[in-house]
Amino acid sequence: MQRIVVIGAGHASGQLLDSLRRGGSDAHITLVGEESWLPYQRPPLSKRFLSGELTVERLAFRPKSFYEKHDIHTRLSCRAVSIDRDAQTVRLANGEALDYDLLALTTGGRVRKLSVPGAGLTGVHYLRGIDDALGLQADWQGRDNVCVIGGGFVGLEVAASARRLGKNVTVIEMMDRLMGRAVSPAMSGYFLGLHTHNGAHVMCSTGVSELVGIDGRVSGVRLSDGREIPADVVVVGIGVLPNQELAREAGLACDNGIMVDELARTSDPKIVSAGDCTNHPNSLLGRRLRLESVHNALEQAKSAAASLMGGQLPYAQVPWFWSDQYNSKLQMVGLSQGFDFAVQRGNPDEDKFSLFYYRGNVLIAIDSVNCPGDHMAGKKLIAAGISPSPGQAADPEFPLKSLL
Amino acid sequence: MPKITLIQHSGESYTVEAADGATVMEVAIDNDIDGIIGECGGCCSCATCHCYIDPAFLDKIPPRGDLETEMLEFASSEAKGNSRLACQVEITEELEGMVVILPETQL
Repeated sequence: MQRIVVIGAGHASGQLLDSLRRGGSDAHITLVGEESWLPYQRPPLSKRFLSGELTVERLAFRPKSFYEKHDIHTRLSCRAVSIDRDAQTVRLANGEALDYDLLALTTGGRVRKLSVPGAGLTGVHYLRGIDDALGLQADWQGRDNVCVIGGGFVGLEVAASARRLGKNVTVIEMMDRLMGRAVSPAMSGYFLGLHTHNGAHVMCSTGVSELVGIDGRVSGVRLSDGREIPADVVVVGIGVLPNQELAREAGLACDNGIMVDELARTSDPKIVSAGDCTNHPNSLLGRRLRLESVHNALEQAKSAAASLMGGQLPYAQVPWFWSDQYNSKLQMVGLSQGFDFAVQRGNPDEDKFSLFYYRGNVLIAIDSVNCPGDHMAGKKLIAAGISPSPGQAADPEFPLKSLL
Repeated sequence: MPKITLIQHSGESYTVEAADGATVMEVAIDNDIDGIIGECGGCCSCATCHCYIDPAFLDKIPPRGDLETEMLEFASSEAKGNSRLACQVEITEELEGMVVILPETQL
């Protein structure tokens, strides 16, 4: 019987397993996961899970019974340390070796660590997995001053959750605006206003030089201008790095991610890879990129599963993302970087608007706040290469649907 | 725990126990029933858990929110008067016997 080993237990992994079994694969499948959890939903960790509205059971990507029913062997709390491609084995941290005929790397990403003095103090948190979220939840009980370092999605979602729990929140961002890597200056401006209005103190263009502590526990954040912000708890969200070392040490091509083709195949025909850890081509965008997104993980995993079963399902998707902060639902479709001009539809003062981004006359992306119709229309428009005129985009009465 | 019935587009029908407080989307995932995707995990962001609710039960569940209504307009299968996003429909005792029809496609 064919043996498939899947390393990593995130969204891509869960989807890959689902697609393999639904696609009729009867391979002997082993899932190797470093955490003690079966694949789970990460997005709620900084939102509804952190603020206590969701239980840990509800995070599961598939229930435990799914793995039993589909005869998927799970090896959790178990780290893969090396791949021997000639022998076709995966070495685990306990010394054991798993033989494979085909291998899938869904190793995801890990948080970028803060590298200033004091970064190792107790009370300094990162947020990537369930254990991180549980640790943060337990630690900020009874502690009021939360300082978030990094004004990206995770940092701002944590800030909103902390405000929801009534904590004093300061957000420190090195760039001159929030979510600068993902959205336009106008959208950054809206979110600055949103956080400020909800009582968070946001400091942009501000660096951190040191975390200061008392008896080993963090008590404040020293800014690069010398000021000190009091902090009982610090949450760091300054980006994610691809987990590519396992692949690179096995001699697979890596460059800001594990290099794959549109069928999610690595440079070894017996190994596929999907999710945050890959550097992949996207024919719709006309370039290679690495994405940290649920949608990418799921869709690329479907391509990877197809390749493992000898089929072909090329990955070509318009990227989309979402973020929930306070009562504002931000949905993003397409990548807006490098846009020439943006058109506003709706009214930011009513917390309901979208920005349509154009390069030349071509619509390349839409960021929407509480306008899911614009977002959904945008997914279809951009995928089909249809661009509303700027005048049509700016008129909330113009039905985008009529262009489809 | 109330029992609800999910019927796939193919006609395949599943009657399952639904935990109080779970959503219809979660019930489908928990029971490994094809036809509901739930890409965003259940936060009304993706419209891949579209379903049609037994009209007799529509007044037993809170009405659609504005965001949900807007999302449904662009669902991949036609939205009807009894269309809902399954992640927004929470199970209560009152829903015993409810029938939920799954659409042809979610993508």
